[in-house]
Amino acid sequence: MPPDGRLRVKFWGTRGSIPVAMTSAEVRRKLISALTRASGRKLETPEQAGAFLDRELDFAGAHTFGGNSSCVEIATGQRDYVLCDLGSGARVFGNEVLTTRGSSGQRFHAFMSHAHWDHIMGFPFFMPAYTAGNHITIYGCHADLEEAFRGQHAAPSFPVDFSRLSAAIEFVRLEPDREYQIAGLRVRPKLQRHGGDSYGYRFQSNDKVVVYSTDAEHKQDDLTEIKAFAQFFRDADLVIFDSQYSLAEATSIKEDWGHSSNVVGLELCQMAHAKRLCLYHHEPVSDDERIAALLAETRRLEEITRGDRRVEILAAYDGMEIAL
Amino acid sequence: MDLRPKRYVDTVVLSPVGRIDHSTSEDFKTALAPHMTRCAEGQDRVVLDFAGVEYISSVGLRVLMLASKQAKAQRGALGIAALQPAVREIFDISRFTMVLDVFPSVREGLARLSPKALAAFDAA
Repeated sequence: MPPDGRLRVKFWGTRGSIPVAMTSAEVRRKLISALTRASGRKLETPEQAGAFLDRELDFAGAHTFGGNSSCVEIATGQRDYVLCDLGSGARVFGNEVLTTRGSSGQRFHAFMSHAHWDHIMGFPFFMPAYTAGNHITIYGCHADLEEAFRGQHAAPSFPVDFSRLSAAIEFVRLEPDREYQIAGLRVRPKLQRHGGDSYGYRFQSNDKVVVYSTDAEHKQDDLTEIKAFAQFFRDADLVIFDSQYSLAEATSIKEDWGHSSNVVGLELCQMAHAKRLCLYHHEPVSDDERIAALLAETRRLEEITRGDRRVEILAAYDGMEIAL
Repeated sequence: MDLRPKRYVDTVVLSPVGRIDHSTSEDFKTALAPHMTRCAEGQDRVVLDFAGVEYISSVGLRVLMLASKQAKAQRGALGIAALQPAVREIFDISRFTMVLDVFPSVREGLARLSPKALAAFDAA
């Protein structure tokens, strides 16, 4: 929870479609590269080694973007937790809550983009759900959201039935384009183009705005839709955006697969005068170098297409925090 | 939008000018349509001379993608040539260079699409 009352966003899972993990060969390749670069350096303490990594290696050389599926925390400065989606990143988040705040007496608000498996698969491993005294409210616009959560706990998919979870769990259905006041935030859902539909959320706290818009395809020649999304993103401090595909993929072989691109994300943010675009829902086949290259290319595109306002470009990684 | 068509035997060279974005893409699409109808096996080949295009947004690229799909379905040939450096970067970043036939110059596009058209171009 932010001690200074600022809105903060923490990414617990940033990968699209399915969780991924670095292979042994990829870890070895990074180590060989780093050790080769360190040859002849005096690195006798953890501090010296850390400083070397920070100064001499780029992000992909010294870190990983991570592989958990969608889960983002919005820390409001209040005691309740606010989450977007409950992909496999929710498992890590839940364990962190147990460590830092204890196992019981917590209240969670989770806003669901939709119920595709990569967005709900963390819930059976979300430890606070197994403890009495915790309260979990799951919000969404789909009529069958509760059924999807109960279904993944049912035999033969999982050994613990949903009915045996000890936390108080409730489902609240929201209506798109209506504004709600929840957990200290003004929240507005918006229908998005995706198989079975998905919903984005615009969160506002005082003068800060975060938009969570994943699993959304945009048809560039539908000007009405483009303008509606530009309005949804209007003046946002941060737009978390599904950039799983290249624009060429999204308009050709992967058209109607329900995802978008870095190019469209930037154009919408430029139209909306948004301050930051965060590339999110990374393609599972992309390794760290590829995501880093996507970030660099998107920053370059922003430079060559910039009008009178700059859009800061970020690429989400598991564990990344942004203070607004 | 005036595409200033020039014919070289079996190939038409079209030369859009300016920005292709939300405010102009529909005009670009409309102007391109009759040429793409004839971009078919046994009929015309089409080269888009992009030397005068300063900027293209995603909606303009979508027009090119649809034109390319139409040409392939009709067994025609469509090339895009002479991209300005910034437009070339947009093509690279959007990965359109991987799905469209892009040439450094109109001459090189004609050389690939039609030797007869190249000969006429060189003689002109």
